[in-house]
Amino acid sequence: MPFKIIASQCTSCSACEPLCPNVAISEKGGSFVIEATKCTECIGHFDEPQCVAACPVDNTCVIDTSLPRYQAPA
Amino acid sequence: MSAMVGSGGYAKAAPDNGTMMQSAAEHKGCRTAAKTAQAGCGSRTSQGDLPSEIWEKVKKHPCYSEEAHHHYARMHVAVAPACNIQCNYCNRKYDCANESRPGVVSEKLTPEQAVRKVLVVATAIPQMTVLGIAGPGDALANPAKTFKTFELVAKAAPDIKLCLSTNGLALPDHIDTIVRSRIDHVTITINAIDPEIGAKIYPWIFFSHKRYTGIDAARILTDRQLQGLEMLSERGILCKVNSVMIPHINDQHLVEVNKAVKARGAFLHNIMPLISAPEHGTVFGLNGQRGPSAQELKTLQDACEGKMNMMRHCRQCRADAVGLIGEDRSAEFSTDQIMKMGVKYDLATRKAYQDRVEDERAVSVVALQQELTQFAAETSAIKVLVAVATKGAGLINEHFGHAKEFQVYELSTSGAKFIGHRRVDVYCQDGYGEEDRLSTIIRGIHDCHAVFVAKIGGCPKSNLIKAGIEPVDQYAHEFIEKSTIVWFRSYLDKVKSGDVQHEERGDAAIRQGALISAA
Repeated sequence: MPFKIIASQCTSCSACEPLCPNVAISEKGGSFVIEATKCTECIGHFDEPQCVAACPVDNTCVIDTSLPRYQAPA
Repeated sequence: MSAMVGSGGYAKAAPDNGTMMQSAAEHKGCRTAAKTAQAGCGSRTSQGDLPSEIWEKVKKHPCYSEEAHHHYARMHVAVAPACNIQCNYCNRKYDCANESRPGVVSEKLTPEQAVRKVLVVATAIPQMTVLGIAGPGDALANPAKTFKTFELVAKAAPDIKLCLSTNGLALPDHIDTIVRSRIDHVTITINAIDPEIGAKIYPWIFFSHKRYTGIDAARILTDRQLQGLEMLSERGILCKVNSVMIPHINDQHLVEVNKAVKARGAFLHNIMPLISAPEHGTVFGLNGQRGPSAQELKTLQDACEGKMNMMRHCRQCRADAVGLIGEDRSAEFSTDQIMKMGVKYDLATRKAYQDRVEDERAVSVVALQQELTQFAAETSAIKVLVAVATKGAGLINEHFGHAKEFQVYELSTSGAKFIGHRRVDVYCQDGYGEEDRLSTIIRGIHDCHAVFVAKIGGCPKSNLIKAGIEPVDQYAHEFIEKSTIVWFRSYLDKVKSGDVQHEERGDAAIRQGALISAA
Protein backbone atom coordinates (compact mmCIF):
# COMPACT_ATOMS: atom_id res chain seq x y z
CA MET A 1 0.00 0.00 0.00
CA PRO A 2 2.40 2.68 -1.15
CA PHE A 3 1.98 6.41 -0.80
CA LYS A 4 2.02 8.86 -3.67
CA ILE A 5 2.50 12.63 -3.81
CA ILE A 6 -0.13 14.73 -5.51
CA ALA A 7 2.08 16.82 -7.77
CA SER A 8 -0.27 19.80 -8.08
CA GLN A 9 -0.15 20.28 -4.30
CA CYS A 10 3.54 19.60 -3.76
CA THR A 11 5.46 22.80 -2.86
CA SER A 12 8.69 21.01 -3.68
CA CYS A 13 10.03 21.90 -0.22
CA SER A 14 11.98 18.63 0.00
CA ALA A 15 11.06 18.02 3.65
CA CYS A 16 9.98 14.43 2.93
CA GLU A 17 13.00 13.38 0.89
CA PRO A 18 15.66 12.82 3.59
CA LEU A 19 13.10 11.35 6.01
CA CYS A 20 12.11 8.35 3.90
CA PRO A 21 13.65 5.22 5.44
CA ASN A 22 13.50 3.47 2.07
CA VAL A 23 15.07 6.27 0.03
CA ALA A 24 11.99 6.10 -2.17
CA ILE A 25 11.51 9.84 -2.65
CA SER A 26 13.21 11.99 -5.28
CA GLU A 27 12.64 15.20 -7.19
CA LYS A 28 11.24 14.93 -10.68
CA GLY A 29 10.05 17.76 -12.88
CA GLY A 30 9.62 20.37 -10.17
CA SER A 31 7.88 18.19 -7.59
CA PHE A 32 8.72 15.14 -5.54
CA VAL A 33 7.68 11.58 -6.33
CA ILE A 34 7.55 8.33 -4.36
CA GLU A 35 8.79 5.18 -6.01
CA ALA A 36 5.87 2.83 -5.36
CA THR A 37 7.92 -0.35 -5.27
CA LYS A 38 10.13 0.99 -2.49
CA CYS A 39 7.46 2.50 -0.21
CA THR A 40 6.61 0.48 2.90
CA GLU A 41 4.48 3.19 4.55
CA CYS A 42 7.27 3.29 7.13
CA ILE A 43 5.93 0.11 8.74
CA GLY A 44 8.70 -1.36 10.83
CA HIS A 45 10.58 1.94 10.85
CA PHE A 46 8.38 4.57 12.44
CA ASP A 47 4.96 4.95 14.06
CA GLU A 48 3.67 7.14 11.25
CA PRO A 49 4.52 7.60 7.58
CA GLN A 50 7.28 10.21 7.61
CA CYS A 51 6.31 11.94 4.37
CA VAL A 52 2.76 12.44 5.62
CA ALA A 53 3.88 13.73 9.01
CA ALA A 54 6.38 16.23 7.61
CA CYS A 55 4.45 17.49 4.57
CA PRO A 56 3.34 21.14 4.96
CA VAL A 57 0.28 20.67 2.75
CA ASP A 58 -2.41 18.37 4.15
CA ASN A 59 -3.62 15.49 1.96
CA THR A 60 -0.67 15.71 -0.41
CA CYS A 61 1.06 12.45 0.53
CA VAL A 62 -1.79 9.95 0.17
CA ILE A 63 -2.33 6.24 -0.36
CA ASP A 64 -2.23 5.56 -4.09
CA THR A 65 -5.64 4.03 -4.73
CA SER A 66 -5.15 3.91 -8.48
CA LEU A 67 -3.12 0.74 -8.20
CA PRO A 68 -4.81 -2.39 -9.60
CA ARG A 69 -5.18 -3.95 -6.17
CA TYR A 70 -7.55 -1.15 -5.11
CA GLN A 71 -9.77 -1.48 -8.14
CA ALA A 72 -13.02 -3.39 -7.79
CA PRO A 73 -12.67 -6.84 -9.38
CA ALA A 74 -14.12 -6.90 -12.86
CA MET B 1 24.72 40.36 36.30
CA SER B 2 21.74 42.31 37.50
CA ALA B 3 19.98 41.31 34.34
CA MET B 4 20.17 37.68 35.32
CA VAL B 5 19.64 38.07 39.04
CA GLY B 6 16.53 40.05 38.32
CA SER B 7 15.13 37.42 36.06
CA GLY B 8 13.56 35.35 38.82
CA GLY B 9 12.67 31.92 37.60
CA TYR B 10 15.01 32.16 34.69
CA ALA B 11 18.11 33.02 36.70
CA LYS B 12 18.88 29.35 37.24
CA ALA B 13 18.77 28.66 33.55
CA ALA B 14 20.96 31.57 32.61
CA PRO B 15 24.49 30.45 31.91
CA ASP B 16 27.12 31.98 34.11
CA ASN B 17 30.20 31.57 32.00
CA GLY B 18 30.99 33.45 28.83
CA THR B 19 31.73 37.06 29.52
CA MET B 20 30.54 38.05 26.09
CA MET B 21 27.07 36.87 26.81
CA GLN B 22 27.05 38.73 30.09
CA SER B 23 28.14 41.93 28.51
CA ALA B 24 25.57 41.45 25.79
CA ALA B 25 22.87 41.15 28.37
CA GLU B 26 24.09 43.95 30.58
CA HIS B 27 24.06 47.03 28.44
CA LYS B 28 20.62 48.44 28.18
CA GLY B 29 18.91 51.71 27.56
CA CYS B 30 19.85 51.50 23.94
CA ARG B 31 19.39 54.62 21.87
CA THR B 32 18.52 56.65 24.92
CA ALA B 33 19.43 60.28 25.18
CA ALA B 34 22.17 60.83 22.70
CA LYS B 35 23.28 63.94 24.51
CA THR B 36 24.23 61.91 27.55
CA ALA B 37 26.62 60.06 25.28
CA GLN B 38 24.90 56.70 25.69
CA ALA B 39 24.11 56.26 22.07
CA GLY B 40 25.69 52.84 21.77
CA CYS B 41 24.09 49.43 21.92
CA GLY B 42 24.46 48.28 18.39
CA SER B 43 22.27 51.05 17.16
CA ARG B 44 24.66 53.91 16.52
CA THR B 45 27.91 54.55 14.73
CA SER B 46 29.80 55.11 17.91
CA GLN B 47 30.69 52.04 19.86
CA GLY B 48 29.06 53.56 22.93
CA ASP B 49 28.96 51.14 25.84
CA LEU B 50 29.33 48.04 23.69
CA PRO B 51 32.30 45.81 24.46
CA SER B 52 34.79 45.88 21.58
CA GLU B 53 34.38 42.23 20.63
CA ILE B 54 30.62 42.69 20.23
CA TRP B 55 31.01 46.00 18.40
CA GLU B 56 33.32 44.32 15.91
CA LYS B 57 30.62 41.76 15.21
CA VAL B 58 27.73 44.16 14.76
CA LYS B 59 29.18 47.33 13.28
CA LYS B 60 28.81 46.16 9.69
CA HIS B 61 25.76 43.95 10.20
CA PRO B 62 22.71 45.76 8.87
CA CYS B 63 20.28 43.66 10.89
CA TYR B 64 22.09 43.89 14.21
CA SER B 65 22.94 47.59 13.98
CA GLU B 66 20.28 50.12 13.07
CA GLU B 67 22.94 52.62 12.07
CA ALA B 68 24.78 50.07 9.89
CA HIS B 69 21.59 49.33 7.96
CA HIS B 70 21.76 52.70 6.26
CA HIS B 71 25.18 51.78 4.82
CA TYR B 72 25.62 48.02 4.54
CA ALA B 73 23.72 45.42 2.59
CA ARG B 74 22.85 41.80 3.25
CA MET B 75 21.75 38.88 1.17
CA HIS B 76 19.83 35.70 1.79
CA VAL B 77 20.25 32.54 -0.23
CA ALA B 78 17.24 30.29 -0.50
CA VAL B 79 18.92 26.93 0.01
CA ALA B 80 16.63 25.72 2.82
CA PRO B 81 13.17 24.95 1.47
CA ALA B 82 12.03 22.39 4.04
CA CYS B 83 10.44 23.34 7.33
CA ASN B 84 9.78 21.31 10.47
CA ILE B 85 6.90 23.31 11.93
CA GLN B 86 3.72 24.92 10.66
CA CYS B 87 2.88 28.51 11.64
CA ASN B 88 -0.55 30.05 11.21
CA TYR B 89 0.94 33.15 9.57
CA CYS B 90 2.84 31.21 6.93
CA ASN B 91 1.73 29.75 3.63
CA ARG B 92 4.59 28.32 1.66
CA LYS B 93 2.59 27.80 -1.52
CA TYR B 94 2.43 31.47 -2.32
CA ASP B 95 5.36 32.57 -4.43
CA CYS B 96 5.49 35.86 -6.21
CA ALA B 97 8.40 38.04 -7.26
CA ASN B 98 6.39 41.14 -6.38
CA GLU B 99 5.88 40.20 -2.81
CA SER B 100 8.30 40.74 -0.02
CA ARG B 101 7.72 38.83 3.19
CA PRO B 102 9.39 35.94 5.03
CA GLY B 103 8.90 32.45 3.66
CA VAL B 104 8.50 33.73 0.13
CA VAL B 105 11.12 33.01 -2.50
CA SER B 106 11.21 32.85 -6.28
CA GLU B 107 13.58 29.95 -6.77
CA LYS B 108 15.51 27.65 -4.50
CA LEU B 109 19.24 27.22 -4.92
CA THR B 110 21.74 24.42 -4.49
CA PRO B 111 24.73 25.23 -2.24
CA GLU B 112 26.90 25.54 -5.35
CA GLN B 113 24.50 28.00 -7.01
CA ALA B 114 24.30 29.89 -3.73
CA VAL B 115 28.07 30.44 -3.60
CA ARG B 116 28.06 31.68 -7.17
CA LYS B 117 25.29 34.11 -6.25
CA VAL B 118 27.19 35.34 -3.18
CA LEU B 119 30.28 36.06 -5.29
CA VAL B 120 28.27 37.81 -8.01
CA VAL B 121 26.48 39.99 -5.47
CA ALA B 122 29.72 40.70 -3.57
CA THR B 123 31.15 41.94 -6.87
CA ALA B 124 28.13 44.08 -7.78
CA ILE B 125 27.45 45.41 -4.26
CA PRO B 126 30.76 45.83 -2.39
CA GLN B 127 28.98 46.97 0.78
CA MET B 128 27.26 43.57 1.03
CA THR B 129 28.76 42.26 4.27
CA VAL B 130 26.38 39.59 5.52
CA LEU B 131 25.10 36.32 4.12
CA GLY B 132 22.09 34.86 5.84
CA ILE B 133 20.21 31.62 5.39
CA ALA B 134 16.64 32.16 6.41
CA GLY B 135 14.64 29.63 4.51
CA PRO B 136 12.27 29.81 2.73
CA GLY B 137 11.68 26.95 5.19
CA ASP B 138 13.91 26.62 8.24
CA ALA B 139 17.70 26.80 7.92
CA LEU B 140 18.20 23.96 10.43
CA ALA B 141 15.52 21.73 8.94
CA ASN B 142 17.90 21.51 5.96
CA PRO B 143 21.19 21.11 7.84
CA ALA B 144 23.15 19.47 5.03
CA LYS B 145 22.37 22.22 2.49
CA THR B 146 22.72 25.04 5.01
CA PHE B 147 26.10 24.04 6.41
CA LYS B 148 27.47 23.05 3.02
CA THR B 149 26.62 26.55 1.75
CA PHE B 150 28.31 28.19 4.73
CA GLU B 151 31.38 26.01 4.29
CA LEU B 152 31.71 26.92 0.60
CA VAL B 153 31.11 30.64 1.19
CA ALA B 154 33.60 30.82 4.07
CA LYS B 155 36.22 29.43 1.73
CA ALA B 156 35.36 31.59 -1.29
CA ALA B 157 34.55 34.90 0.44
CA PRO B 158 36.17 34.95 3.88
CA ASP B 159 35.21 38.56 4.73
CA ILE B 160 31.48 37.91 4.60
CA LYS B 161 29.75 37.37 7.92
CA LEU B 162 27.59 34.28 8.21
CA CYS B 163 24.21 34.40 9.77
CA LEU B 164 21.27 32.02 10.11
CA SER B 165 17.68 32.21 11.09
CA THR B 166 15.68 29.37 12.63
CA ASN B 167 12.49 28.54 14.47
CA GLY B 168 14.72 26.86 17.06
CA LEU B 169 13.18 23.37 17.01
CA ALA B 170 16.34 21.72 15.69
CA LEU B 171 18.74 24.27 17.19
CA PRO B 172 20.08 22.30 20.19
CA ASP B 173 21.20 19.51 17.82
CA HIS B 174 23.38 21.82 15.72
CA ILE B 175 25.16 24.06 18.22
CA ASP B 176 28.61 22.55 17.68
CA THR B 177 28.28 22.74 13.90
CA ILE B 178 27.22 26.39 14.16
CA VAL B 179 30.31 27.17 16.24
CA ARG B 180 32.54 25.19 13.89
CA SER B 181 31.08 26.94 10.83
CA ARG B 182 32.07 30.32 12.31
CA ILE B 183 28.51 31.58 12.21
CA ASP B 184 28.52 34.90 14.07
CA HIS B 185 24.85 35.56 14.42
CA VAL B 186 21.78 33.40 14.93
CA THR B 187 18.20 34.60 14.88
CA ILE B 188 15.53 32.52 16.63
CA THR B 189 11.86 33.25 16.08
CA ILE B 190 10.10 32.95 19.44
CA ASN B 191 6.47 34.02 19.47
CA ALA B 192 5.49 32.60 22.84
CA ILE B 193 6.94 30.96 25.93
CA ASP B 194 3.55 29.84 27.22
CA PRO B 195 2.50 26.65 25.38
CA GLU B 196 -1.18 27.62 25.68
CA ILE B 197 -0.44 30.70 23.60
CA GLY B 198 2.00 28.86 21.35
CA ALA B 199 -0.73 26.36 20.46
CA LYS B 200 -2.75 29.20 18.93
CA ILE B 201 0.16 30.07 16.65
CA TYR B 202 1.62 26.66 15.73
CA PRO B 203 -0.82 23.95 14.60
CA TRP B 204 1.90 21.29 14.50
CA ILE B 205 5.58 20.47 14.63
CA PHE B 206 7.54 17.54 13.22
CA PHE B 207 10.01 16.36 15.84
CA SER B 208 11.95 13.14 16.25
CA HIS B 209 10.03 11.35 13.50
CA LYS B 210 6.61 12.33 14.82
CA ARG B 211 4.05 15.01 14.20
CA TYR B 212 2.94 16.70 17.40
CA THR B 213 -0.05 19.02 17.63
CA GLY B 214 -1.62 21.41 20.14
CA ILE B 215 -0.04 22.18 23.48
CA ASP B 216 2.40 19.25 23.24
CA ALA B 217 3.80 20.71 20.05
CA ALA B 218 4.08 24.22 21.47
CA ARG B 219 5.74 22.96 24.66
CA ILE B 220 8.42 21.01 22.80
CA LEU B 221 9.08 23.98 20.52
CA THR B 222 9.35 26.49 23.38
CA ASP B 223 11.68 24.23 25.38
CA ARG B 224 13.94 23.66 22.41
CA GLN B 225 14.02 27.36 21.49
CA LEU B 226 15.01 28.51 24.96
CA GLN B 227 17.50 25.67 25.36
CA GLY B 228 19.09 26.56 22.02
CA LEU B 229 19.30 30.24 22.96
CA GLU B 230 21.06 29.39 26.23
CA MET B 231 23.52 27.10 24.49
CA LEU B 232 24.42 29.75 21.90
CA SER B 233 24.79 32.46 24.54
CA GLU B 234 27.16 30.22 26.50
CA ARG B 235 29.32 29.96 23.41
CA GLY B 236 29.38 33.70 22.77
CA ILE B 237 27.31 33.66 19.60
CA LEU B 238 25.17 36.76 19.24
CA CYS B 239 21.49 35.92 19.20
CA LYS B 240 18.62 37.98 17.98
CA VAL B 241 15.10 36.94 18.84
CA ASN B 242 12.32 37.65 16.36
CA SER B 243 8.73 37.74 17.56
CA VAL B 244 5.63 38.27 15.47
CA MET B 245 3.12 40.53 17.22
CA ILE B 246 -0.36 39.04 16.82
CA PRO B 247 -3.05 41.22 18.41
CA HIS B 248 -5.19 39.43 21.04
CA ILE B 249 -3.02 36.30 20.81
CA ASN B 250 0.49 37.14 21.97
CA ASP B 251 0.68 40.96 22.06
CA GLN B 252 0.60 41.27 25.87
CA HIS B 253 2.59 38.07 26.29
CA LEU B 254 5.56 39.36 24.27
CA VAL B 255 6.66 41.42 27.28
CA GLU B 256 7.15 38.07 29.09
CA VAL B 257 8.94 36.64 26.06
CA ASN B 258 11.20 39.68 26.11
CA LYS B 259 12.16 39.06 29.75
CA ALA B 260 12.75 35.35 29.15
CA VAL B 261 15.04 35.82 26.17
CA LYS B 262 16.93 38.64 27.80
CA ALA B 263 17.58 36.42 30.81
CA ARG B 264 19.06 33.84 28.47
CA GLY B 265 21.46 36.29 26.91
CA ALA B 266 19.71 37.39 23.72
CA PHE B 267 21.43 40.45 22.28
CA LEU B 268 18.55 42.01 20.41
CA HIS B 269 14.77 41.60 20.29
CA ASN B 270 12.91 42.24 17.06
CA ILE B 271 9.15 42.53 17.48
CA MET B 272 7.54 42.56 14.04
CA PRO B 273 3.94 43.20 13.05
CA LEU B 274 1.90 40.25 11.81
CA ILE B 275 1.53 40.41 8.04
CA SER B 276 -1.91 39.05 7.34
CA ALA B 277 -4.18 39.35 4.34
CA PRO B 278 -6.71 36.86 2.94
CA GLU B 279 -4.84 36.66 -0.39
CA HIS B 280 -1.78 35.24 1.38
CA GLY B 281 -3.82 32.11 2.08
CA THR B 282 -2.51 31.76 5.64
CA VAL B 283 -4.70 30.55 8.51
CA PHE B 284 -4.55 33.99 10.11
CA GLY B 285 -5.16 35.73 6.78
CA LEU B 286 -8.21 33.59 6.04
CA ASN B 287 -9.79 33.83 9.49
CA GLY B 288 -9.50 37.61 9.57
CA GLN B 289 -6.78 37.89 12.21
CA ARG B 290 -5.57 41.48 11.91
CA GLY B 291 -2.06 42.83 12.31
CA PRO B 292 -1.21 45.62 14.78
CA SER B 293 -1.38 49.34 13.97
CA ALA B 294 1.81 51.39 13.91
CA GLN B 295 1.13 52.82 17.36
CA GLU B 296 0.26 49.43 18.89
CA LEU B 297 3.58 48.10 17.63
CA LYS B 298 5.53 51.12 18.87
CA THR B 299 3.88 50.98 22.31
CA LEU B 300 4.93 47.33 22.72
CA GLN B 301 8.46 48.01 21.45
CA ASP B 302 8.75 50.96 23.82
CA ALA B 303 7.55 48.81 26.72
CA CYS B 304 10.28 46.25 26.03
CA GLU B 305 13.01 48.79 25.40
CA GLY B 306 15.09 49.75 28.38
CA LYS B 307 15.02 46.09 29.31
CA MET B 308 17.01 45.18 26.21
CA ASN B 309 17.95 46.40 22.73
CA MET B 310 15.02 46.50 20.37
CA MET B 311 15.37 46.17 16.63
CA ARG B 312 13.01 48.49 14.82
CA HIS B 313 14.45 48.54 11.34
CA CYS B 314 13.44 45.03 10.26
CA ARG B 315 11.73 44.94 6.86
CA GLN B 316 10.55 41.33 7.22
CA CYS B 317 12.40 40.46 4.07
CA ARG B 318 12.23 37.55 1.69
CA ALA B 319 14.34 34.42 2.03
CA ASP B 320 16.17 35.52 -1.13
CA ALA B 321 16.43 39.26 -0.44
CA VAL B 322 19.47 41.14 -1.72
CA GLY B 323 20.61 44.68 -1.01
CA LEU B 324 20.30 47.35 1.64
CA ILE B 325 17.57 46.43 4.10
CA GLY B 326 15.19 49.08 2.73
CA GLU B 327 15.53 47.80 -0.82
CA ASP B 328 15.16 44.42 -2.45
CA ARG B 329 17.28 43.76 -5.50
CA SER B 330 16.60 40.01 -5.59
CA ALA B 331 15.03 40.31 -9.04
CA GLU B 332 18.39 41.42 -10.50
CA PHE B 333 20.08 38.23 -9.34
CA SER B 334 18.00 35.35 -10.65
CA THR B 335 19.83 32.07 -11.28
CA ASP B 336 19.88 32.78 -15.02
CA GLN B 337 21.36 36.20 -14.37
CA ILE B 338 24.04 35.07 -11.93
CA MET B 339 25.32 32.51 -14.38
CA LYS B 340 25.87 35.31 -16.90
CA MET B 341 27.23 37.96 -14.54
CA GLY B 342 30.94 38.32 -13.90
CA VAL B 343 32.70 37.56 -10.64
CA LYS B 344 35.53 39.81 -9.55
CA TYR B 345 35.60 39.11 -5.87
CA ASP B 346 38.52 41.06 -4.55
CA LEU B 347 39.13 41.51 -0.83
CA ALA B 348 41.22 44.66 -1.25
CA THR B 349 38.62 46.46 -3.40
CA ARG B 350 35.87 45.49 -0.99
CA LYS B 351 37.87 46.73 1.96
CA ALA B 352 38.68 50.03 0.24
CA TYR B 353 35.01 50.57 -0.55
CA GLN B 354 33.94 49.75 2.99
CA ASP B 355 36.58 52.09 4.41
CA ARG B 356 34.96 54.88 2.41
CA VAL B 357 31.59 53.91 3.86
CA GLU B 358 33.10 54.11 7.35
CA ASP B 359 34.35 57.63 6.60
CA GLU B 360 30.84 58.61 5.50
CA ARG B 361 29.40 57.21 8.69
CA ALA B 362 31.87 59.16 10.80
CA VAL B 363 31.00 62.45 9.07
CA SER B 364 27.30 61.89 9.68
CA VAL B 365 27.93 61.25 13.38
CA VAL B 366 30.01 64.41 13.78
CA ALA B 367 27.25 66.43 12.11
CA LEU B 368 24.71 64.98 14.48
CA GLN B 369 26.80 65.57 17.57
CA GLN B 370 27.28 69.22 16.63
CA GLU B 371 23.57 69.69 16.22
CA LEU B 372 22.80 67.96 19.50
CA THR B 373 25.07 70.24 21.49
CA GLN B 374 22.61 73.01 20.59
CA PHE B 375 20.01 71.17 22.63
CA ALA B 376 22.29 70.81 25.63
CA ALA B 377 20.43 73.23 27.86
CA GLU B 378 16.98 72.57 26.52
CA THR B 379 14.37 70.08 27.56
CA SER B 380 10.84 69.78 26.33
CA ALA B 381 8.15 67.15 26.85
CA ILE B 382 7.20 67.44 23.20
CA LYS B 383 7.97 64.43 20.99
CA VAL B 384 7.01 64.25 17.35
CA LEU B 385 7.35 61.61 14.65
CA VAL B 386 8.63 62.50 11.19
CA ALA B 387 8.85 60.40 8.03
CA VAL B 388 11.94 60.45 5.81
CA ALA B 389 12.38 59.41 2.17
CA THR B 390 15.86 57.93 1.81
CA LYS B 391 17.84 55.66 -0.48
CA GLY B 392 20.46 55.03 2.19
CA ALA B 393 23.76 56.44 3.45
CA GLY B 394 21.83 58.28 6.18
CA LEU B 395 20.74 61.02 3.77
CA ILE B 396 17.43 62.57 2.77
CA ASN B 397 17.97 61.59 -0.83
CA GLU B 398 14.75 60.11 -2.23
CA HIS B 399 11.89 61.83 -4.05
CA PHE B 400 8.48 61.58 -2.41
CA GLY B 401 7.04 59.98 -5.53
CA HIS B 402 9.76 57.32 -5.77
CA ALA B 403 9.82 56.21 -2.14
CA LYS B 404 9.01 52.53 -1.53
CA GLU B 405 9.07 53.22 2.16
CA PHE B 406 9.46 56.03 4.65
CA GLN B 407 11.75 55.78 7.65
CA VAL B 408 10.20 57.15 10.81
CA TYR B 409 12.14 59.07 13.47
CA GLU B 410 10.96 60.20 16.87
CA LEU B 411 12.28 63.68 17.60
CA SER B 412 12.73 65.02 21.12
CA THR B 413 15.25 67.22 22.85
CA SER B 414 17.24 63.99 23.39
CA GLY B 415 17.78 63.69 19.65
CA ALA B 416 16.41 61.83 16.66
CA LYS B 417 15.62 58.19 17.31
CA PHE B 418 14.85 55.76 14.50
CA ILE B 419 11.64 53.95 15.42
CA GLY B 420 10.65 52.13 12.27
CA HIS B 421 9.63 52.34 8.67
CA ARG B 422 6.41 52.36 6.69
CA ARG B 423 6.27 50.50 3.44
CA VAL B 424 4.16 52.14 0.74
CA ASP B 425 3.29 51.67 -2.89
CA VAL B 426 5.37 54.00 -5.02
CA TYR B 427 3.28 57.13 -5.66
CA CYS B 428 4.77 58.10 -8.97
CA GLN B 429 4.42 55.61 -11.86
CA ASP B 430 5.66 56.59 -15.30
CA GLY B 431 5.80 60.21 -14.28
CA TYR B 432 2.21 60.39 -13.05
CA GLY B 433 0.99 60.37 -9.48
CA GLU B 434 -1.85 58.07 -8.43
CA GLU B 435 -4.41 59.57 -6.09
CA ASP B 436 -5.40 56.24 -4.50
CA ARG B 437 -1.82 55.59 -3.65
CA LEU B 438 -1.42 59.03 -2.14
CA SER B 439 -4.21 58.40 0.35
CA THR B 440 -2.62 55.03 1.24
CA ILE B 441 0.71 56.77 1.81
CA ILE B 442 -0.95 59.37 3.98
CA ARG B 443 -2.61 56.63 6.06
CA GLY B 444 0.79 54.95 6.43
CA ILE B 445 2.49 58.05 7.85
CA HIS B 446 -0.57 59.56 9.48
CA ASP B 447 1.12 59.68 12.89
CA CYS B 448 3.92 61.91 11.55
CA HIS B 449 4.06 65.69 11.83
CA ALA B 450 6.29 66.10 8.75
CA VAL B 451 7.74 64.18 5.84
CA PHE B 452 11.31 64.92 4.70
CA VAL B 453 12.01 64.41 1.01
CA ALA B 454 14.61 65.32 -1.60
CA LYS B 455 11.87 66.57 -3.91
CA ILE B 456 8.07 66.60 -4.07
CA GLY B 457 5.48 67.69 -6.62
CA GLY B 458 2.86 70.38 -6.06
CA CYS B 459 -0.17 68.09 -5.89
CA PRO B 460 1.00 65.64 -3.24
CA LYS B 461 2.42 68.61 -1.34
CA SER B 462 -0.95 70.32 -0.97
CA ASN B 463 -2.69 67.05 -0.09
CA LEU B 464 -0.14 66.34 2.62
CA ILE B 465 -0.62 69.81 4.07
CA LYS B 466 -4.39 69.22 4.05
CA ALA B 467 -3.80 66.00 5.99
CA GLY B 468 -1.76 67.94 8.55
CA ILE B 469 1.62 66.53 7.48
CA GLU B 470 4.22 69.17 6.62
CA PRO B 471 6.23 68.32 3.48
CA VAL B 472 9.85 69.39 4.04
CA ASP B 473 12.16 69.52 1.01
CA GLN B 474 14.69 72.13 2.11
CA TYR B 475 17.15 69.52 3.49
CA ALA B 476 17.54 67.59 0.24
CA HIS B 477 20.66 65.37 0.24
CA GLU B 478 21.59 66.31 3.80
CA PHE B 479 21.99 64.02 6.83
CA ILE B 480 18.71 62.70 8.21
CA GLU B 481 19.36 63.06 11.91
CA LYS B 482 21.01 66.45 11.73
CA SER B 483 18.32 67.90 9.44
CA THR B 484 15.38 66.55 11.39
CA ILE B 485 16.82 68.00 14.59
CA VAL B 486 17.32 71.41 13.00
CA TRP B 487 13.70 71.25 11.84
CA PHE B 488 12.54 70.12 15.29
CA ARG B 489 14.34 73.00 16.96
CA SER B 490 12.55 75.51 14.78
CA TYR B 491 9.29 73.63 15.42
CA LEU B 492 9.82 74.00 19.19
CA ASP B 493 10.60 77.68 18.70
CA LYS B 494 7.36 78.16 16.77
CA VAL B 495 5.41 76.36 19.51
CA LYS B 496 7.07 78.56 22.13
CA SER B 497 6.28 81.76 20.26
CA GLY B 498 2.71 80.65 19.71
CA ASP B 499 2.99 80.49 15.89
CA VAL B 500 2.19 76.80 15.97
CA GLN B 501 -0.15 74.90 18.25
CA HIS B 502 1.41 71.51 19.08
CA GLU B 503 -1.09 68.73 18.61
CA GLU B 504 -0.73 64.97 18.97
CA ARG B 505 -1.17 63.04 15.71
CA GLY B 506 -3.33 59.93 15.35
CA ASP B 507 -2.37 56.35 14.54
CA ALA B 508 -1.07 54.97 11.26
CA ALA B 509 -1.74 51.79 9.31
CA ILE B 510 0.91 49.13 8.65
CA ARG B 511 0.74 48.03 5.04
CA GLN B 512 -0.39 44.39 4.73
CA GLY B 513 -0.62 43.58 1.06
CA ALA B 514 1.96 42.47 -1.44
CA LEU B 515 4.12 45.08 -3.10
CA ILE B 516 2.27 46.00 -6.25
CA SER B 517 5.27 47.27 -8.16
CA ALA B 518 8.35 45.09 -8.40
CA ALA B 519 10.83 46.23 -5.80
